[in-house]
Amino acid sequence: MTPDTRAAAARLGRPARLTRLRALGGSPLQRTCLLLLALFVLAAAAAPWIAPQDPTFGSLGDTLLGPGAGHWLGTDQGGHDTLSALLVGTRTSLVGPLAVVVFSTVTGIAVGLFTAWRGGRTDALAGRVLDVLFAFPALLLAILAVALFGKGMTAPVLAMAIAYMPYTARLVRGLALQEKARPYIAAYTVQGHSALFVTVRRMLPNIAPTLLAQATVNFGYALLDLAALSFLGLGVQPPTPDWGAMINQGQAAVLQGQPLSAIVPAVAVVVVVVAFTVVGESLSDTIAGRDPR
Amino acid sequence: MTEAPAGTAPPAPAGPVPAGPAQAAPAQAPAVLARAGRVLRRLAAMAATLLVTSFLVFSSLYLAPGDPVSFLVRGRSPGPEQLAELRHQYGFDQPFLLRYWHWLEGVVQGDFGRSHLFHQDVSAVIWSRLPSSLLLVTTAALIIAVVGVGAGIVGALRRGTRTDRTLMLLVTIGAAAPAFVVALLLRSLLGVRLGWFPTIGNGSGVLDRLHHVVLPAIALAVTFTALVTRVTRSAMLDELRREHVEVALSRGTPRRTVIRRHVLRNALGPIVTVSALLVSGMLVSTAIVETAFGMSGVGSLLVQSVDQLDFQVVQAIVLLVVAAFVVVNALVDLLQPLIDPRTAAGGSAR
Amino acid sequence: MTLLRYEDLSITLPGTARPVLDGIGLTVGAGEAVALVGESGSGKSVTARAALGLFPEGARTTGRVRVDGTDLVGADAASLRRVRTATAAMIYQDPRAAINPVRRVGDFLTESLRLVHGWTRDRARGRAAELLDAVGLPDPVRHLDQYPHELSGGMLQRVVIAAALTAEPRLLLCDEPTTALDVSTQAEILAVLGRLRRERGLGLLLITHDIELAASVTDRIYVMYAGRIVETAPVGDLFTTPRHPYTAGLLGSSPPLDAKAPERLVPIPGAPMGLLESAPGCAFAPRCRFAEPGRCDQAPPPLSDHGPARVACHLAGELTLTPHRDRPGDHHPHRNQEVR
Repeated sequence: MTPDTRAAAARLGRPARLTRLRALGGSPLQRTCLLLLALFVLAAAAAPWIAPQDPTFGSLGDTLLGPGAGHWLGTDQGGHDTLSALLVGTRTSLVGPLAVVVFSTVTGIAVGLFTAWRGGRTDALAGRVLDVLFAFPALLLAILAVALFGKGMTAPVLAMAIAYMPYTARLVRGLALQEKARPYIAAYTVQGHSALFVTVRRMLPNIAPTLLAQATVNFGYALLDLAALSFLGLGVQPPTPDWGAMINQGQAAVLQGQPLSAIVPAVAVVVVVVAFTVVGESLSDTIAGRDPR
Repeated sequence: MTEAPAGTAPPAPAGPVPAGPAQAAPAQAPAVLARAGRVLRRLAAMAATLLVTSFLVFSSLYLAPGDPVSFLVRGRSPGPEQLAELRHQYGFDQPFLLRYWHWLEGVVQGDFGRSHLFHQDVSAVIWSRLPSSLLLVTTAALIIAVVGVGAGIVGALRRGTRTDRTLMLLVTIGAAAPAFVVALLLRSLLGVRLGWFPTIGNGSGVLDRLHHVVLPAIALAVTFTALVTRVTRSAMLDELRREHVEVALSRGTPRRTVIRRHVLRNALGPIVTVSALLVSGMLVSTAIVETAFGMSGVGSLLVQSVDQLDFQVVQAIVLLVVAAFVVVNALVDLLQPLIDPRTAAGGSAR
Repeated sequence: MTLLRYEDLSITLPGTARPVLDGIGLTVGAGEAVALVGESGSGKSVTARAALGLFPEGARTTGRVRVDGTDLVGADAASLRRVRTATAAMIYQDPRAAINPVRRVGDFLTESLRLVHGWTRDRARGRAAELLDAVGLPDPVRHLDQYPHELSGGMLQRVVIAAALTAEPRLLLCDEPTTALDVSTQAEILAVLGRLRRERGLGLLLITHDIELAASVTDRIYVMYAGRIVETAPVGDLFTTPRHPYTAGLLGSSPPLDAKAPERLVPIPGAPMGLLESAPGCAFAPRCRFAEPGRCDQAPPPLSDHGPARVACHLAGELTLTPHRDRPGDHHPHRNQEVR
């Protein structure tokens, strides 16, 4: 009885805004993953300067080379330097998922906050619409977008943002409903603050850490989906370097027993996605430990 | 709380919500009536979702840039007269909703229009590819169920041991390993290097087809196996903690029996629910696997149709995948009372 | 004849400051009803589970728990199963948690008969219906095909008792069997337990936090505090002359079952000692208003004989404790207290 009462009393106060996210710390695995992500981001930023070659330059005399002094990770069947393509490809491979996550999170927050705040019929109707969207897997919607608007990145990224939105919206709605029941929200409403002010300025900061954790994990999945699209030849088009497209182009060489040019980007995809998952999960663990609800 | 489901889609806080808040029947009303009402409500919700879905898929055509008819016949560059005839043939001279109605009528009867790429009915094209895709999906589903549930049980029963930690690491990697990466590794190692399995095509004859489907099925299964393992493990752990499990043990019931009859049996609910949510992701992944292994199936047909601008086929396949997802999840909802009788009463279980 | 005997049973969990159980000695004779009373966290449930060979995972266990002569500490699976299926059975606090919610009541009742004793389905169902009848559940056959959520808490507790009886046990362990039930149902369940004990000559170990309830059902009471037995005496002696300040405190803080004139209840000040705390002396000393520095906080008091009772208190024999609640003029400093 009493511990509950005390915890309830503690909850009466508005929870302190989390200004620092302590994703650092944790296990060696988590730290390694965070470091790896930092390295990939760095590689994406500095790719044009650190790439040893122009990744679009193919020397037909140097096809399917093994790792060596001139080409640390060898070359593909077009004679392109795999390391350079990998580094430059980091950009497209990271920017796409970033756009998906940003779009889906922003719209998801808007929909989630709005439906939670309005409640009632609006909420029920929005719930049904989201249910229908849940039935469309992101990759399928992206493929449909390509069928409609042609190959490339823009249409699939937007389509995937729509497909991912319901997940964020439902998460935000659930969290916002919990927050809405807390006394501090009533206190703000009674003082005559507008719904927009209370939800965005006061409620959102309290649920932001959980959203960040979700967005981190989503980033990994979005990367997988976009890489799959490029692998199918429907996403990023050569000669723009992209990991999924590199794997696709390396397919033929695999059958010739030269899988290296396909395996290098494949490993990159798996490593980055594992790292995002691990970091995202450690974030949510941290949040769960901080604020048990 | 079980792990959030995640396929090619991100983890969801909850799966598609079952149809409306089912109301508890009045005490006097026969339970049969209440049950029938629940079934009907769920079926009605399923029909509504299917209707909305079909409308979205149908009207997506109008999002495409330019004139819908010219869009449908891209790559054939018909003359103006031909175009006018096609416009009439496709019904584009009718109002939008009327055209939707005619289209829907056709779809319900299995008429998805014509494929200009194959010069055949879309349904015939899909139908001819369906068996090999079904073989692939069934084989993969078998792997997912056996390996995923099995590994989840082992992980839960050996929680915290080296076995469990290794399994969880494999799960993290497996969930992050997309089908095209697994396909690449399998072809390269078991196909090309060791030569145990063919690396391309469907094969002919029963045994040869099975031989051809092994690697693709594994490639398709890996991600979903990892997710099912994770869900099974956490559902089992939830159930292992329950008092009735200790009670059963304290009554002298053998541990294996308790695990089977009480722990696994009760964990089945979340496992089945989450597995149903993975269906759509798995069907889409057939596109990746079939393309990677150069197989002919519905998945590779989808990619080919997008590539060759055969939009009616794309539309049909998208609709079928979503419909399969909606129907499977409705079925799972309807079967839930068999797994957890508390849901039959209308109240939410747990 | 002794049915259940704890001999110096100690259980220590990793990462804790004091043992969960510290040198427990307790006996229940055949046909005898004994209560183990203590606050939550005192270790009484751990004690009860030990009688079925259920020890906490990862714990270090020393001493002995003999059920009908078989020592359960370090016992093999076969002897554990023999005790669990033939000698002892447990009744739990929350019947809703004790029964698998997705299986039928009949499954719960017949499971061990069919799986362990190899009975046929019909024979086991017949027996289950008999037992439901014996615990006073009307229309037993219908209940066999129902699911737990279709029964009330009181009905379910009868099912749990019936299930405990399937093994024809000679020892019944009852862990707070009425706490989760409403008041009128509590009395009915206690009546059922009392009747079964008389009819079947069962030994009974009742675990409860409610000393008045313990007195109404049992002959002898053990009082437990922070993993130790602090006092044991026949019910009558314990109520007229409690010898341990904690016992006196328990008597003063619980409402009597036959309350005619409402008396003021006096809570015991302070909170029970957690597993992460330990004291060099008497564990109760920090909450004891008689505690003498230099005497009570040096070494744990041993359990020693005082008349019909055994008491673990350095001051036993010196104090005169009355079971009366709040005498006029007796002033207690009211600190921040946890009212139970």
